[in-house]
Amino acid sequence: MTTVIPHPNASVATSAAPAGLAGYNFAYLDEQTKRMIRRALLKAVAIPGYQVPFGSREMPLPYGWGTGGIQVTAAVIGPDDVLKVIDQGADDTTNAVSIRRFFAKTAGVATTDRTVDATVIQTRHRIPEVPLTENQILVYQVPIPEPLRQLEPREAETRKMHALEEYGVMHVSLYEDIAKFGRITRSYNYPVRVNGRYVMAPSPIPKFDNPKMDRMPALQLFGAGREKRIYAVPPYTDVKSLDFEDHPFEIETWEEDCSLCGAQDSYLDEVIVDDKGTKMYVCSDSDYCRERREAGHQGDGGPK
Amino acid sequence: MTDTIDLRPGFADPVIEAQNVFRLVLDAMARPGRIATIPESLQPPSPLSVGAAAICLALADHDTPIWLAPEFRTPSAIAFLKFHCGCPIVDVPANAAFAIANGATVPALDQFAIGDDAWPETSTTVIVQLDDLAVGDGLVLSGPGIETTHRLNARGLRVDVWGEWRANQGLFPCGVDLILVAGNRIAALPRTTTVSEN
Repeated sequence: MTTVIPHPNASVATSAAPAGLAGYNFAYLDEQTKRMIRRALLKAVAIPGYQVPFGSREMPLPYGWGTGGIQVTAAVIGPDDVLKVIDQGADDTTNAVSIRRFFAKTAGVATTDRTVDATVIQTRHRIPEVPLTENQILVYQVPIPEPLRQLEPREAETRKMHALEEYGVMHVSLYEDIAKFGRITRSYNYPVRVNGRYVMAPSPIPKFDNPKMDRMPALQLFGAGREKRIYAVPPYTDVKSLDFEDHPFEIETWEEDCSLCGAQDSYLDEVIVDDKGTKMYVCSDSDYCRERREAGHQGDGGPK
Repeated sequence: MTDTIDLRPGFADPVIEAQNVFRLVLDAMARPGRIATIPESLQPPSPLSVGAAAICLALADHDTPIWLAPEFRTPSAIAFLKFHCGCPIVDVPANAAFAIANGATVPALDQFAIGDDAWPETSTTVIVQLDDLAVGDGLVLSGPGIETTHRLNARGLRVDVWGEWRANQGLFPCGVDLILVAGNRIAALPRTTTVSEN
């Protein structure tokens, strides 16, 4: 006969989520889901670039709006974190604003627009221009996690290809670009090889951002909600864009500078400013542009 | 005659403490050899250390079978894990998602699940309790997560384990991942970390 005697302290009451939304768990997800995602994240970090399957939950926004990124952020974020959310580099677009509000409401966390102040940055399709640090985690929203999917639609086959390190088809695809157009024409979601092993989709970031992933001091986590995959790149890990000796990887360059802040080193958006097709170019990273303007930098103001 | 079990409490604030412990483990896994310190909020039943108990409470549940080395299979330790985590306790190390062992007597690493080439994430995470864990001379670590090298002094680990570790690394992408624990200090060695002993 075995009797279980509770410890004298065992009746400590469970405190509610500190500043979250009444009726919801801290950061929206239930604890069992968080544990499942957390275990997937740890294995993803241990196997850089490998896509770990996870039980993606239905979230209060549609697939394609960042459900994977949100679930990763919800599993990672704590009450002391400062969250920044960007969509195509900007803090003030619909997707970024609503995700930021979601975590401000459900987790009660502080949010910021400033890259340097953030401890967790969730991003759709950009890496901030300011180099990230060891104290930051970058969470990517990923639509199609499988880099080989357009070349091989069957999951069972692509899984085998990753297992056997069989990436010839990807090189052939890049080579076909060169044969047809004289250069590799992929401008976003440009495939990378992580730590010399797995070929990985960097999510649809412009290839301009690919070099920033290489040996980044921050931890990079990727969440694909609809496709139910999580993957990761640990800090200081080699991330090489696929290329050929005679056709080395190159990033985009612009003749123009940012019209607002004059930056020559940032990724520029083309903005049509009237119905005659007049264009101006501005930084895609809205925080970078604002910081530069606040520091006194000025562009030419765009078309007059 | 009645045996009694001293069932110790788990986290006072499970949501926030589990998140905090997970972040420490994530950071340890992302920066192999860096030591993270888990807050001393638990008083787990001996011989479970604060670190090992906190990791289980944060990450284990009914989906994660746990294997315990024989010295950890005390009624109190099993009751603690079953009550707070609801995890099955398994007899075969290769069936476990997590395993807990002492550094001096940890089974050969190939006894645990190593996953397979198509599903390498199904390998065991082995929590190894040590006498002491410190930054400094001792092991030289390199690999993903490490800028140049990290130095780690892990005392109380069986000497031949590093030969097995090299074999484990040769299995990549398969292989076990280690979490070293001394009291409430933890350091992780994912399968990608190269360890040399000088």
